Amino acid sequence: MPGFFDFIKDFFGEQSATHKTKRLANVFAALSKQNRKALIPFITAGDPSPGITVQLMHQLVKSGSDIIELGIPFSDPMADGPTIQRSSERALKHNVSLENVLDMVAEFRSVDANTPIVLMGYANPVEAMGYEIFAEKANQSGVDGVLIVDYPPEESHQWVQCLDQHQIDAIFLLSPTTPQTRVEQVAKLAKGYVYYVSLKGVTGASHLDLQDVSAMLNRLREHVSIPIGVGFGIRDEATAKAVAGLADAVVVGSRIIEEIEKSSESELLSNVGNLVSTLRSAIDDKTQ
Amino acid sequence: MNAYDLPSKDGHFGPYGGIFVAETLVSALDDLRKQYEFYRDDPDFKNEFAYELKHYVGRPSPIYHAKRWSEHLGGAQILLKREDLNHTGAHKVNNTIGQALLARRMGKKRVIAETGAGQHGVASATVAARYGMECVVYMGSEDVKRQATNVYRMKLLGATVVPVESGSRTLKDALNEAMRDWVTNVENTFYIIGTVAGPHPYPMMVRDFQSIIGIEAKQQMMEDFNRQPDALIACVGGGSNAIGLFYPYIDNTDVRLIGVEAAGKGIDTNQHAATLTMGKPGVLHGNRTYLIQDAHGQIIETHSISAGLDYPGVGPEHAWLKDCGRAEYVAITDDEALEAFHMLCRFEGIMPALESSHALAYAAKYAPTLPKDKLLLVNLSGRGDKDMATVAQLSGLSL
Repeated sequence: MPGFFDFIKDFFGEQSATHKTKRLANVFAALSKQNRKALIPFITAGDPSPGITVQLMHQLVKSGSDIIELGIPFSDPMADGPTIQRSSERALKHNVSLENVLDMVAEFRSVDANTPIVLMGYANPVEAMGYEIFAEKANQSGVDGVLIVDYPPEESHQWVQCLDQHQIDAIFLLSPTTPQTRVEQVAKLAKGYVYYVSLKGVTGASHLDLQDVSAMLNRLREHVSIPIGVGFGIRDEATAKAVAGLADAVVVGSRIIEEIEKSSESELLSNVGNLVSTLRSAIDDKTQ
Repeated sequence: MNAYDLPSKDGHFGPYGGIFVAETLVSALDDLRKQYEFYRDDPDFKNEFAYELKHYVGRPSPIYHAKRWSEHLGGAQILLKREDLNHTGAHKVNNTIGQALLARRMGKKRVIAETGAGQHGVASATVAARYGMECVVYMGSEDVKRQATNVYRMKLLGATVVPVESGSRTLKDALNEAMRDWVTNVENTFYIIGTVAGPHPYPMMVRDFQSIIGIEAKQQMMEDFNRQPDALIACVGGGSNAIGLFYPYIDNTDVRLIGVEAAGKGIDTNQHAATLTMGKPGVLHGNRTYLIQDAHGQIIETHSISAGLDYPGVGPEHAWLKDCGRAEYVAITDDEALEAFHMLCRFEGIMPALESSHALAYAAKYAPTLPKDKLLLVNLSGRGDKDMATVAQLSGLSL
């Protein structure tokens, strides 16, 4: 009775997909047991060239990353600062498309079955592909979560449904300007983890107020039961360590992109690897 | 038929519009919407807006019958809504006054703006000076070069002009940069968007402020011609002058609404800005609308002789008016616009902006196909002084 079997599979989700959905949860559960915090680096797919991205992802894992946020290049990254915009521009010089990004994830996944991958980007490439096709392909490629910066919860009803159907977590942002009522709303929709933007402004800015972050995280935890990652403004061991003391995960983007930017091709993997190892030690140092 | 009542409460025009922004801006937009919804019905606000439009801008702008040009074209009569006669020389100031009055009431002492041709930048710098506010204008470095006179005007008015070097260095990049500034300084800063695009409530708010154009036109047409025009023609980049004229006419279904986009070097080339004619729906700059994009959803650089039309998006209300068939959208090339520019100079002694010249060029094509008793009302959205260097250069001269 293949028909009935397909129905059961569709209804309950395939076994493999169920496992996959748990990758994010598994990572956070394992870290929590060890009283450790997650390190989440961000890189843009295809920066500086498409050939190196999958190697770089493996390097990130080897150097102590728990989850990888992989940026989908976009021509108009409004919420990002100049560093991440330049990384998008470098990738787009090689015409890296959303389709290519998904292929990179699939290639990574064929070797690494455990490290969760979260895609991060802007709405239009997803709009151009279509929600349904995107979600299906992302699921097949082994994507665990997706954060689309310009899909706030108000505009995300269909989007979240579509991701849900394909066992992908919809990751949402919270910010210092988010009022408490919206925190509740986001908390209801968000899966995997929520990403707290630790300061007003764009990515790559540099004035992190730890007291503010701490107060806000306490406020968020009243409603948010899933892990909270903090990003924006984490630039060195000291900030990474401090944020690890407050949040469940530390997200580092612009600082890593800067390292990619200033490295020659031959030393890129080792330079980024060293940077990530340093951040890893700083984070573990705080929490052990 | 129900009267037109868009956008919906959450800012949608059919499938278009909405609030597609990063979390940091959501509450700022929500606050802006609430404040605007309060003040738009506030008698004090309305009176001050009306007073400023009359005494500072010089409204109402007249409707002028371009008789000699109409005769030359040999068809329908061409009437011009003279927004070029406004203070600062374009329709843009209608909107910047409205937003500046709102900014003052919201206690924001700093305003920012993006600009393409520089008209909205000048209009923003003007009102900032008028109300004593700090003003920062973002402008693509390509446009800074093309519109040197307007850059100097803004500086004379006390604004800081920031050239934007990212992306295609034009209007869309200026918008990105202004958004970034706003995200960073959202507490003390009011972002004066210059067109009917961006996240809700901007498309609605800018339309409302610009609709003075159509409200006046309706009344003036009755006074001067004892009837409404057969068609309205206006250029569309983001589309604020067009919506300003069209909006009060949306329920007058016997008046055709014709938006004219920039076909640049031709819509069959990849150098145009004809978004509604050639684009596909997507999400950019806070709203869902038609966009000029590639198959993968990347935004493509546009081209137009007129910096004010050189934008890969378009206001979501235009996207809706196109889809539901209430308005029609056509495209005019650089060459056609330039020819209309010269014609209006020679036949009427009026130098139009290159943006408005697109609307004029379509009127020049359309009028001869109609009988002489038909009336076409063209929005002459701005004056052409700012474009003299561009036009001279195209004629092989340098000023």
